[in-house]
Amino acid sequence: MRSLTAGLFGFVFGLGLIVAGMTDPARVLGFLDVATIWAGSWDPSLAFVMIGAIAVAAPAFAIARRKPVALLGDPIALPDRRLIDARLVGGAALFGLGWGLAGICPGPALVLLGNDGLSALLFVASLLAGGWLADVLLPVLQRSRTAPRRAA
Amino acid sequence: MAGPIEALAGGALIGAAAAGMLLVNGRIAGISGILARAVRPGVAPWQWAFVAGLLAAGLAARLSGIEPTPAFALLPVPMLIAAGLIVGIGTRIGSGCTSGHGVCGLANLSPRSLVATLVFMAVAAATVFVTRHL
Repeated sequence: MRSLTAGLFGFVFGLGLIVAGMTDPARVLGFLDVATIWAGSWDPSLAFVMIGAIAVAAPAFAIARRKPVALLGDPIALPDRRLIDARLVGGAALFGLGWGLAGICPGPALVLLGNDGLSALLFVASLLAGGWLADVLLPVLQRSRTAPRRAA
Repeated sequence: MAGPIEALAGGALIGAAAAGMLLVNGRIAGISGILARAVRPGVAPWQWAFVAGLLAAGLAARLSGIEPTPAFALLPVPMLIAAGLIVGIGTRIGSGCTSGHGVCGLANLSPRSLVATLVFMAVAAATVFVTRHL
């Protein structure tokens, strides 16, 4: 049952990305191209994707805060981390760099995998490799940063 | 070509899916996190199902005659791989992407997600500015 509903919500999420135009890198890059604001040719419509999504999702989060039990019986695990650190900002900056280069973020990449073939496959494979690389490198980096402090 | 109305409607579908994942399954619809866990050993099947649902939406679009977007296919392969790697590293380090921080995090009024969203939007816009205008 949990997989059935998750599959359904994944499908609806994917349809939303397609309808909204998020699976078209040319449109995403056009939206991110803020220089066109001054040229008068900027297409701001992708801003409405986030507005529409948050407007619908926010009440659900408000409900979940008051009653943190899901319909299928599981506890609702609301993220409660508050820490704003270099890791969050650095990671978000890297993600922005990659998004600005390709015009594709992970959700649309998976939708395109079912639609676009080889180029989407290459992108998703690189995405997974990048995640794996971060898993391997992060502990090494953290160790090298804390080690000198411990010595001193 | 989708305009603001389609963008709003598509956004509402995305929000409905995120709301459903939260209230029915008790999970956050953060795609980079779900995908990362889907390829790790010992995974719960719902992560696979959610990813399969996204793929199925793309497949359904293809079957109903919506062509793959040429802009993505035309991107040079080294650029495609580099961008994929950077997005993969960044979303892991920063614990989320557009769906996790930009939709779920903001809907959850998380200051962390607000900072992350502002940073990745600003850096993405700066990147496009450099590649297109410098």
